[in-house]
Amino acid sequence: MELNMGPQHPSTHGVLRVKLKLDGEVARDAECDIGYLHTGFEKSFEDKTYTQGITFSDRMDYLAPPINNVGFVMAVEKLMEIEVPPRAQAIRVMMMELARIGSHALWLGTTGLDLGVYSGFFYAWRDREKILDLNEAYSGVRMMTSFTRVGGVAWDLPDGWLEELQRLLDVLPSRIDDYEGLFTRNPIWLERTKGLGVLTAEEAIEWGVTGPVLRASGVDYDVRKAFPYCGYEQYDFEVPVGTAGDSYERYLMRILEMRESIRILQQAIRTIPGGPVQSNDRKVALPPRTELSTSMEAVIHHFRLVSEGFKGPVGEVYAFVESPRGELGYYLVSDGTNKPYRMKVRPPSFCNLQAIGKMVQGRLVADVVAILGSIDIILGDVDR
Amino acid sequence: MSESATTTLVQRVQERFPGALMDHREFRGDLTLLVDAGRLLEVARFIKEDPQLGFTYLLYNTAVDWPARQPRFDVVWEVRNLRSGTRVRLKAQAAMPDCRVPSLTSVWPAANWHERETYDLLGIRFDGHPDLRRLLMPDTWEGHPLRKDYVSFGEPVIFSDQKLEGLEPDAIRG
Amino acid sequence: MGELGVRSRPFVTGRAAGPTPLNALGDNLFTTTLDKVINWGRAGAIWPALFGLACCAIEMMGTVGPRHDLSRFGSELFRASPRQADLMIVAGRVSIKMAPVLRQIYDQMPEPKWVIAMGACASCAGMFNNYAIVQSVDKIVPVDIYVPGCPPRPEALIDAVIKLQRKIKGLPLVPR
Repeated sequence: MELNMGPQHPSTHGVLRVKLKLDGEVARDAECDIGYLHTGFEKSFEDKTYTQGITFSDRMDYLAPPINNVGFVMAVEKLMEIEVPPRAQAIRVMMMELARIGSHALWLGTTGLDLGVYSGFFYAWRDREKILDLNEAYSGVRMMTSFTRVGGVAWDLPDGWLEELQRLLDVLPSRIDDYEGLFTRNPIWLERTKGLGVLTAEEAIEWGVTGPVLRASGVDYDVRKAFPYCGYEQYDFEVPVGTAGDSYERYLMRILEMRESIRILQQAIRTIPGGPVQSNDRKVALPPRTELSTSMEAVIHHFRLVSEGFKGPVGEVYAFVESPRGELGYYLVSDGTNKPYRMKVRPPSFCNLQAIGKMVQGRLVADVVAILGSIDIILGDVDR
Repeated sequence: MSESATTTLVQRVQERFPGALMDHREFRGDLTLLVDAGRLLEVARFIKEDPQLGFTYLLYNTAVDWPARQPRFDVVWEVRNLRSGTRVRLKAQAAMPDCRVPSLTSVWPAANWHERETYDLLGIRFDGHPDLRRLLMPDTWEGHPLRKDYVSFGEPVIFSDQKLEGLEPDAIRG
Repeated sequence: MGELGVRSRPFVTGRAAGPTPLNALGDNLFTTTLDKVINWGRAGAIWPALFGLACCAIEMMGTVGPRHDLSRFGSELFRASPRQADLMIVAGRVSIKMAPVLRQIYDQMPEPKWVIAMGACASCAGMFNNYAIVQSVDKIVPVDIYVPGCPPRPEALIDAVIKLQRKIKGLPLVPR
């Protein structure tokens, strides 16, 4: 029998259509029909300048927009060989780790909701709201921050932001203990996630899976450790790796990652250096506002950078970051103009979702929901 | 990739498949190998299965459209070796009107959806793909949106001082 | 008698939103008072259908969340089945593939029903003027309230729901 989990469904985490082939109640195969949120991002990138493209990049993985922003500008910075000052790197790291905690908390809430845990959703949102407040205090927007620019970040931290962040970090570990109290040893949760959706390490590598799903299967690969960027090498943190590769392990990975993110944030607050937040390469960075009232050249420069943008060399690069879902990569092909010639996004959820067919074989229909939830997909990423 | 690793890889591929490697380039630390489309499958299998190379992990597959050039498309697969962390980009070229290249799903199963997406958005046909049909656009869609000659706008922007001739807003109401 | 036809829009004279058997009795003191009661009931318990598509869905979840609590305003539950819902909050960008599904879900909702186009993408395609996105959801379904923002704050969505309630009751949208 073929059962359609249609695009409008409370548990598909967005507009995903899954065509389940069932044998009674046991699922034989799950074929995904995607494209219900296809937005044409890659085509849109081709006629926007590099700076304009940053606002588009937010809306792909919309649960952790700061991470998309950083990946995008990293590709451009790699292409143009631009150095980012250390203060900007620290700010990027802080925003990214906050986004990671927020994304995992939301994942926990919604997956819990799928399996009937209503209160987890409200616990998760209580903390996510504080993170969104910090986002808003820094960038003016709760979710779509667009806070990076090529060569650094757009603005410096406002006064009192670090103290506010520290206050949040003082409270977060006990909040995560709350989540663990609700899920980790809960017999219903264990029953519904342990041993489910097993993906072995070989299968995970074969299917191109990344992120907590890959690490739960036993492969120790995290972009932040393997290819450190934005100064991650100076922070002391661990990457949790599991063994069983089932949904329960994936949940544990994310909880542990939240705790590690708190560690990174504590270190970042203590060690954030002073200095500029934008590169002093005037070809890409706007001149400081104080100069605009005295130097005509600065005004012309500012005008040209904002209206026309800057030109990159001819070439192609691939830059990648660790998003809460896995490796988010940007393959940028430039033909020497001020707009990307081709900006391909390597989305983690798209790659992870391919493995669903393998994971649901032999499970019951109700388990399909649990397994789909444990992969943590975001349709903005899958469909772009 | 380090100098020595790059030269080793290029040498081994050239020794094993003389004539298959048309070009190799290193830019900003990324190595790109331009391979003849006819020999692509064997080169791909070699770099995956050879114990010294071991590029087992496919990152993505896509294509780039250069309409002014013949052959028109550059089809790109990027793979990684998880043990050493090195990456290599395999490129093959596809010419109009067929735009055919071999599919690498038999080497890296993860290429399945990536190649379907490239077919959907750019019109590249992958020979040997188990299930080549549209992925993101509706099945009945005509055209390949990411090609450079595909004009993409949803609605022309009308400013308040312009007239609306021939551009009546759609009248689906109620 | 033509009143028994499909009318899903309330209008400012305060007649009941949507068809009721009383429409057949015409306008008199009894029916207009009863209309006010029916409108009050309809406005007080609007149950949205789950139609979160993209980023706006996350802010919609935030509106239901503990800080901005939408259920204070009557939207206690988001129903998964459109047959049990009366409001469709189109939260997010509608792609070409999704458009027929949107229309089907709208058609499956029983009268009276309302639509809030949440966010810039639903109202006017937002920043995506391209081949893939339907340029405004009002090309497919009739919209009652448009909420600007990308994504709109939860407070903005609550404001939209309150305005919709005023619209249902036949009051002017902005209190004078």
